[in-house]
Amino acid sequence: MSTLLASLTAPTISHDFWPLLPELFLLTAASILLIVDVFSTDIDRKLSYNLAQLILISTGVIVLFQFPTSQDFLYHRHFINDPLSATIKVSVIVLASISLMFARPYILQRKILRGEYYLLHLFAVLGMMVLVSGASLLSLYLGLELMSLCLYALVAMRRREKLSAEAAVKYFVMGAIASGFILYGISFVYGVTGKIHLADIAAYLTENEASLTLRFALVFLVTGLAFKFGAVPFQMWVPDVYHGAPTSTTVFLASAPKVAAFGLAIRILVFGFAGILADWQSLLMILAVLSMLVGNLVALAQTNIKRLLAYSAIAHMGYFLLGLIAGNSEGYSASFFYILTYAITSLGGFGCLIYLAKGQQEINQIDDLKGLGMRNPWAGLLISFLFLSMAGLPPFVGFWAKLEVIKAVLNSGHIWLAIIAAAMSIIGLFYYLKVVKVIFFDKPEIENPIRAERSLRLGLGITGIAVAVLGLFPAQLMDLCQKVFQYI
Amino acid sequence: MSLTHYLTVSAVLFAISVVGIVINRKNVITLLMCIELMLLAVNTNFIAFSRYLDDSVGQVFVFFILTVAAAEAAIGLAILVVLFRTHRAIDVEQLEELKG
Repeated sequence: MSTLLASLTAPTISHDFWPLLPELFLLTAASILLIVDVFSTDIDRKLSYNLAQLILISTGVIVLFQFPTSQDFLYHRHFINDPLSATIKVSVIVLASISLMFARPYILQRKILRGEYYLLHLFAVLGMMVLVSGASLLSLYLGLELMSLCLYALVAMRRREKLSAEAAVKYFVMGAIASGFILYGISFVYGVTGKIHLADIAAYLTENEASLTLRFALVFLVTGLAFKFGAVPFQMWVPDVYHGAPTSTTVFLASAPKVAAFGLAIRILVFGFAGILADWQSLLMILAVLSMLVGNLVALAQTNIKRLLAYSAIAHMGYFLLGLIAGNSEGYSASFFYILTYAITSLGGFGCLIYLAKGQQEINQIDDLKGLGMRNPWAGLLISFLFLSMAGLPPFVGFWAKLEVIKAVLNSGHIWLAIIAAAMSIIGLFYYLKVVKVIFFDKPEIENPIRAERSLRLGLGITGIAVAVLGLFPAQLMDLCQKVFQYI
Repeated sequence: MSLTHYLTVSAVLFAISVVGIVINRKNVITLLMCIELMLLAVNTNFIAFSRYLDDSVGQVFVFFILTVAAAEAAIGLAILVVLFRTHRAIDVEQLEELKG
């Protein structure tokens, strides 16, 4: 206890809250919005929506305004401020803002009209921001939990729907097990090293040989991470949650948390456990190979479009892990590029499902997309772009992402992994092209044109243009992804 | 009692909770209890290590875990209420509409 008291009263305590401004602003503004929402008489919750968007954009502007150029450990080294965390924060905010654009018309039609819906997004973003800035296992854990708790509630938001409740229970139980595994791992790391700061753990590993107990702890940490990513064999919740959650929540779930989870993986594995790289590399190899195999093969058999996208998400997690397996900054930046572009593409993919949903009806089956190319050529073209990008066809951005991760594993000498990845993306092509075929070459069952809200069209336009433009000019984003890893 | 005793107890608790989640086919409340038990196993671990290392960080960590566990239980019970309202039951076996 005396050490704690000493550290509290020590003169080194930092009172400079400037680097923490984005988080503090988001927390304060979200709390104010909570009160505003309680007293708001606006039945449509338009005010809450607009304020939520404003808060997100202002937070993003603050992060951009104080974009760090160096790597600093702050607040007793529980908080890290570096270009990586700032980049992830900005991308998470942009993804959350676009998914709110998608969510607004959807929840208007389905009477999920509660201000909490927007607030939970804000608090989830706050959790992700804390998570990616975590420099100790404690702050990482708290950020992770803040994010996950908000997501559980968002999945259950459609309260009268049976599927939604079932998905929420499954997501909650699986997420809680994942947190339990991560915590159990953390407790052993603490027990062996006596430290919870990532830098101290890294220093411990350079001075000492890793004991068996520490490797044991690492297995628990990686298992928890795999749960959060939805990598095989811990993927069972992914299809159920993607399917059962309201589509507006799935949009969010499939994009921003993946980027944040990437931050978590980098912080734990690279910042903390770089000393036993070979150990987690072999664990990730198993996860990656199984994810690519199971994700792609099971997706072939799906008739439900949301489940198809969920299995494709599992497969994408496999490709994304390849970059981490490479174990150098080239690989990490390839992974970062992959996860960013995948988040944009899946945001657009699920956004299209909201766009096509008519009134209270949902788009569930692949057959519901029949003849979309004739009913609405632009929407058909956009969805095809997104699916072709996910399949990894040039000139779309998914191609560059796959190319980069495969190049990274090739350069690190795992040729068999690259071969599996290439073979599996050819198998994956089959089910993506099946959807494109249904859109353009099948006869439509209903002829009426599709009308959608402006915010929805704007969001879809942004993601569609991003996928096409990044596909043609990927160099800038790739440069950025490489720059943020210069401190490793 | 040595450190090993405490670690064994917490490992047993952790195993009970994982097994409970896996083989429980009856009731969602049991799942919530197993999740709480899992966090308590972790807490036991932290306290034992904290005492062994003579370092207070582990105890502080436990306070945070307790707080988060309370929030987690609140969300879990809220989801349970939603589940009961839609399904009129809280059996695990009824959660079978989502599959494939």
